[in-house]
Amino acid sequence: MHMADALISPATGGAMWVVSAGLALHAARKLRNEITERKVPLMGVMGAFVFAAQMINFSIPGTGSSGHLAGGLLLAALLGPHAAYLVMFSILTVQALFFGDGGLLALGCNVFNMGFWACLVVYPFIFRRIAGNRPGWSRLLTASLMAAVLALQMGAFSVVLETRLSGISELPFGKFLLLMQPIHLAIGIVEGLVTAALLSFVWKARPEVLDFTADARDRAKVSLKPVLIGFGAAAVITGGLLSWFASTHPDGLEWSMFRTSGREELAAPADGVHRSLSEAQKKTALMPDYEFPRPDGNREESPPESALQAEHWPAVKAGTSLAGLVGSAIVLALAGLVGLTVRLKRRRS
Amino acid sequence: MSHHIVEVSGLEYRYPNGTHALQGVSFRIEHGESVGIIGANGAGKSTLLLHLNGCLLATQGTVRVGDFPVTRATLPEIRRSVGMVFQDPNDQLFMPTVQEDVAFGPLNMRLPPEEAEARVQQSLAAVNAAHLAARPPYELSGGEKRAAAIAAVLAMSPDILVLDEPTSGLDPHARRKLIALLRGFKHTKIIAAHDLDMIMDLCTRSIVLHDGCVEADGPTAALLTDQQLLVRTGLELPLRLQGCPVCAR
Amino acid sequence: MNHVKHKGHEEHAVLVVNPGMAQFESALNDIRALERLAARDSPVQRLDPRAMVIVTAAFLITVVSFPKYEIAGLVPLVLYPAILVAVGNLPLRVLVRYLLLAAPFAVLVGLFNPLLDRAITARLGALAVSGGWLSFLSILARFLLTVSAALLLLAATGYSALCSALGRLGMPRLLTTQFLLLYRFIFIVADEAQRMVRAYVLRSRRAGGMPLRVWSSLTGNLLLRAYDRGLRVHTAMLSRGFDGFMRSRHTPHWSWLDSGFVLACAGFFLLARFGHPAELLGRWVLQVLR
Repeated sequence: MHMADALISPATGGAMWVVSAGLALHAARKLRNEITERKVPLMGVMGAFVFAAQMINFSIPGTGSSGHLAGGLLLAALLGPHAAYLVMFSILTVQALFFGDGGLLALGCNVFNMGFWACLVVYPFIFRRIAGNRPGWSRLLTASLMAAVLALQMGAFSVVLETRLSGISELPFGKFLLLMQPIHLAIGIVEGLVTAALLSFVWKARPEVLDFTADARDRAKVSLKPVLIGFGAAAVITGGLLSWFASTHPDGLEWSMFRTSGREELAAPADGVHRSLSEAQKKTALMPDYEFPRPDGNREESPPESALQAEHWPAVKAGTSLAGLVGSAIVLALAGLVGLTVRLKRRRS
Repeated sequence: MSHHIVEVSGLEYRYPNGTHALQGVSFRIEHGESVGIIGANGAGKSTLLLHLNGCLLATQGTVRVGDFPVTRATLPEIRRSVGMVFQDPNDQLFMPTVQEDVAFGPLNMRLPPEEAEARVQQSLAAVNAAHLAARPPYELSGGEKRAAAIAAVLAMSPDILVLDEPTSGLDPHARRKLIALLRGFKHTKIIAAHDLDMIMDLCTRSIVLHDGCVEADGPTAALLTDQQLLVRTGLELPLRLQGCPVCAR
Repeated sequence: MNHVKHKGHEEHAVLVVNPGMAQFESALNDIRALERLAARDSPVQRLDPRAMVIVTAAFLITVVSFPKYEIAGLVPLVLYPAILVAVGNLPLRVLVRYLLLAAPFAVLVGLFNPLLDRAITARLGALAVSGGWLSFLSILARFLLTVSAALLLLAATGYSALCSALGRLGMPRLLTTQFLLLYRFIFIVADEAQRMVRAYVLRSRRAGGMPLRVWSSLTGNLLLRAYDRGLRVHTAMLSRGFDGFMRSRHTPHWSWLDSGFVLACAGFFLLARFGHPAELLGRWVLQVLR
């Protein structure tokens, strides 16, 4: 479920970063009041535990495939919602940095999808409410199942939403949803089972390790409404700013060319190679009016104003032209050459 | 001036689950002494050690280190004078590199980074581990980890060194090196161990614990040759004093 | 190095039976290898980590800000990782392996694009290229660029320097502490986990995942051991004066070199994003060729 940078837009990535980082700040502040400094190494070690446990596969009965623990809900049940959120943040960061599992820009999205729902929403409002203080096995199982299923459904839904809003992947909202939700329903059920099994184990061996067994007054109060409203607003503003930057801002060069010469492109001499190339370019390139070629092969030259008007969000511009390809090839070769030269120089020194 | 005398009197400790770990332990250790704490598993050695730097607080009785009684309020001072090296170096080396681990203590003492750095160099040199500075702890061998853990404690310039099973898990060569190293330290040393031969090498005085009580307290040579005492307390003669297994003499 | 090789031999039979076991070893080895990269000395490693963070963020935003079908525009940005790899003397092998490991998700999702977007948007002579393929290639390009940038950030700074840089850039101390402790504990806990899994594998006949009952018992035990470890470490930390926050021994020095680096990169990214260098270069070359 880790999202990659390749599939997101700056607006979505930036906005989700604002939300996730904001929630992290909020969690840190909350913990400062309640934390005993004993919790600090425990957070570290439990994070390492989840990280390691994710590498131990179990076989899913009846299917022949194997799965592993996701861990958000478990962490919350061990450490409490805010600490668990921060631990998920750290785990996802290590995964992104060391294994490329999830992009750095998409880290905000991933922390939200896999940390926020499980730790800050589902655990306090669903799991604790069902499990109470001293659950029997069936209570625990019910709580785990409902919590895990819901957390994963919300997480999967968030992934679909973020992917769609980014507009890089072509997957249509409905079909993607239809793909993601059922799969994550199954994953959620397994996660719930497995979390319940682990919690039950710990409960029998060392009940003091668990968070939800603590008395109500010791438990952290989780009220997210003001937090979410605040960060939601910030996210919307950030997203808006970044999407403006990315696509509605007219391309600098064309804009300046238009201003100086009154023409979108400089007219090239229509003779020889250049003419055939420019004709080839006309055929292969998208003209600055950014319209797709009409089926009849003719293209209408629209006046420059509409060209700029056409550049509305989401901008659809195919940046492939002959010139582009040639230029790209040259740049690639250049990059390789620079790389080799510097390397050789360093080896010699 | 109390010269960092460690004074324990009537110390009793009961674990939260009810186990009576220590029952009326009393002794006094002078500055510069080298004392071994020996006893069977469960006798209370580790529990006793944890009282010396305030990780555990007595249920009854008192512990004094130098000028300070060990209470919640005096913990920072106590931990500055008492440096504890735990049994498992993995519990003590929790930073990404050795030098960061060694710097952990000085930085917690609010020393400026440059001075902390100087302490790091000194401590690593003192344990002959300067070459390990930039290495991550997971790359080190058991002996190297042990040395790094000791350096991490030395960096705080403690007056009293408390060590819990320092030679456990070490190969013979590393063990030899460690004993030589510890012999060179001028600090007050309190060492809890099963390695009775090491105790004989390093400690002039020993305290035998049995079931949470002090069974004997005196010169190591006398205690560790008293076979009856040793058997009664769940121990046996140091290996070097046992009969030669080859010629049976 | 030797003992790792030897272990590999011993465990070969075991690994074949249960590939799950290999995960620990390779995951930990990957982390170690990457950290070793950061320990090298080159102009890249001498940069202030905060500069690298800022430049990496700018790079990522630039890359993903291109429109969906853009390919040519992305290409000039290759110069950033190319130059850093060269100057930093980073072995390409590591980069390639890292890219391969990270590939699956992006590539899989991206592959839907050619299937879903069939509208022909470009022609290269006789070849008709659908928008879907263009965006797929764009996704691939984005993937290569962004993942390389992540690796470079790590290789240039090293994990703990990166953590303290993030702390200085505003990350809450508790989170910085968590990052550092997590990193260290991963080795300890993964080690224990590996030992436990090995003990299981040697006594079982099954390949693939273990039955749930065994799993919950094994993992539950691992959890408790990890928890106890946490308590012991806490005791050790207290004994060395820990008061809840990790302090850094890295002293920040931001030099003119760092400012220069940030400005140069920012300028280059803006140029690449808005100046269409590939197209311009291509047009110029084509013009010259005439």
